[in-house]
Amino acid sequence: MALEVQVAKKLPEFTLDVSFTAGDAPLGILGPSGAGKTMLLRCIAGLERPDHGRITLDGRVLLDTERHIHVPARNRRVGMLFQHYALFPHRTVAENIGFALGHLPRQEREHRVAALSARTHLSGLEDRYPRELSGGEQQRAALARALAIEPEALLLDEPLSALDTHLRSQVEAQLQETFSAYRKPALLVTHNIEEAYRLGERLLVLSRGRVAAFGAKEEIFRHPPSLEVARLTGCKNFSRARAISGNIVEALDWGCRLRVSQTVTKLVAHIGIRAHHIDFVESRGAGAAEENVVPCWLVRSSETPFRITLYLRLHRPPNGSGEQQAHVDLQAEVFKEKWERFREHPLPWHVRLSPDSLFVLPE
Amino acid sequence: MAPIDWSPLWISLETSVTATLVTLVAGLAAAAWRERRTGAAMALVDGIFLLPLVLPPTVVGFLLLLLFGRHGPLGKVLLRLGATVVFSWPATVIAAAVVSFPLMYLTARAALEQVDSRFFEAARTLGASEWRVFSAIALPLAWPGVLAGTILSFARALGEFGATLMLAGNIPGKTATIPIAIYFAVEADDVQRAVAWCLIDVVISLALLAGLYYWTRARWVRR
Repeated sequence: MALEVQVAKKLPEFTLDVSFTAGDAPLGILGPSGAGKTMLLRCIAGLERPDHGRITLDGRVLLDTERHIHVPARNRRVGMLFQHYALFPHRTVAENIGFALGHLPRQEREHRVAALSARTHLSGLEDRYPRELSGGEQQRAALARALAIEPEALLLDEPLSALDTHLRSQVEAQLQETFSAYRKPALLVTHNIEEAYRLGERLLVLSRGRVAAFGAKEEIFRHPPSLEVARLTGCKNFSRARAISGNIVEALDWGCRLRVSQTVTKLVAHIGIRAHHIDFVESRGAGAAEENVVPCWLVRSSETPFRITLYLRLHRPPNGSGEQQAHVDLQAEVFKEKWERFREHPLPWHVRLSPDSLFVLPE
Repeated sequence: MAPIDWSPLWISLETSVTATLVTLVAGLAAAAWRERRTGAAMALVDGIFLLPLVLPPTVVGFLLLLLFGRHGPLGKVLLRLGATVVFSWPATVIAAAVVSFPLMYLTARAALEQVDSRFFEAARTLGASEWRVFSAIALPLAWPGVLAGTILSFARALGEFGATLMLAGNIPGKTATIPIAIYFAVEADDVQRAVAWCLIDVVISLALLAGLYYWTRARWVRR
């Protein structure tokens, strides 16, 4: 089973130009708002016509602009879950799920609807109207409706974004359950980094209509191929960098030499580290310079219920005024318990930028 | 006093009901056809569809007379088939339908445009044909608006005078509708008869408008 996609479509802001192949593993499509994610799904579903391209699903041609083939949406057997679910408001849950099953005899249709309701934990709600359902139930009803056509591929457009935060983790778990049972190409569009990581096995990072990265999610997060992908996957700390020798890099903006785990070439342009990978260590005192350990001062901080983000200045205290004073070199994220332990320590603190956590980015 | 001839009431009702049915189908078809099209040419199409609303009914009636007359393009064809439209009951229906068409078209289009197009797209990904998208999704969701358009069209058809007189004339018991009966009653100085028909017309129209108000208030909440 494979979905092969190659589409190009000129949009007002940029040109969507994407090609990839999705197998049975769920593929997360990550990108900022307006990167062309939804448009890509719409092209695959047959709701938009690309300028050029070819889409095949298990060898079945859905689109081939060169041969003037454009299979209409109704014949594609591609299930789509819309962002706000688009449940038909004048039909009950059962009528929504059974919409695509009108050709079946009544008994078999009812049987199928009941099975789909059970599978999506909607049993007992079949006679309700969409407006009488919670957000999570609406999402599951839309999913059941899409599964009714026994789709050869499943497209989910921001399936969790319309839900309240407290509902998300539960709904996400159920989505994951459906996902793992569905061993066919499944594409999930999201702008939420963690959602993409949890639900997708492979990842496609989209930026202004282009594929910025495509591959196994662990690999993309550990070794982002570019500065752009590092940013899009949530990395906050970057410095311009220069290769020195072997696996030593000079971080120009951070004013220090750092050892990295990879052998670097002259082409290194940036070095980066994720905010939660920054480690605070006890200093052995001035003079005893340790590898990858840098003194730092606190500029400001910002709290969430369980974590704290520390904005740090390297090498010298935040003196001066205005913009100069606000300048931040690194931002670190730590659990509050840990923060409680070292907040009373006198400044400067010392951060360790572990070679395993640092990644080098080519130009 | 001579017994009242009730025929204008029945002619008016039969004409309006038939004309409204024609308008409902034609207006819906035109609105659905137009909704999925864009372009400069569509402005002209809209103009043509709305013309009967802005032209004086006598002009509409005269144009229809030219079209359906013995020497008109449609009249000639019908004559060959052995049918004459002018000064017959079908003429009252044609006049009323043409004049009420723009109201149906406008309301139906507005109602269809209000339906979120994602419902149509969802239906398409679920394998629905365009006819099913229209009949199972678009029409039920646009129904309150379509119903309002139907009632407006019926009211307009009931009140039609100018075009009817031009195309169908005043043949008592055949083409004389209520408005035409009133006009000729006044002309014949039969004030009592004119007042009676006026009252009947007011009652019917008022009932329709009250019904329209009730229905549009009672429409279901969307989504």
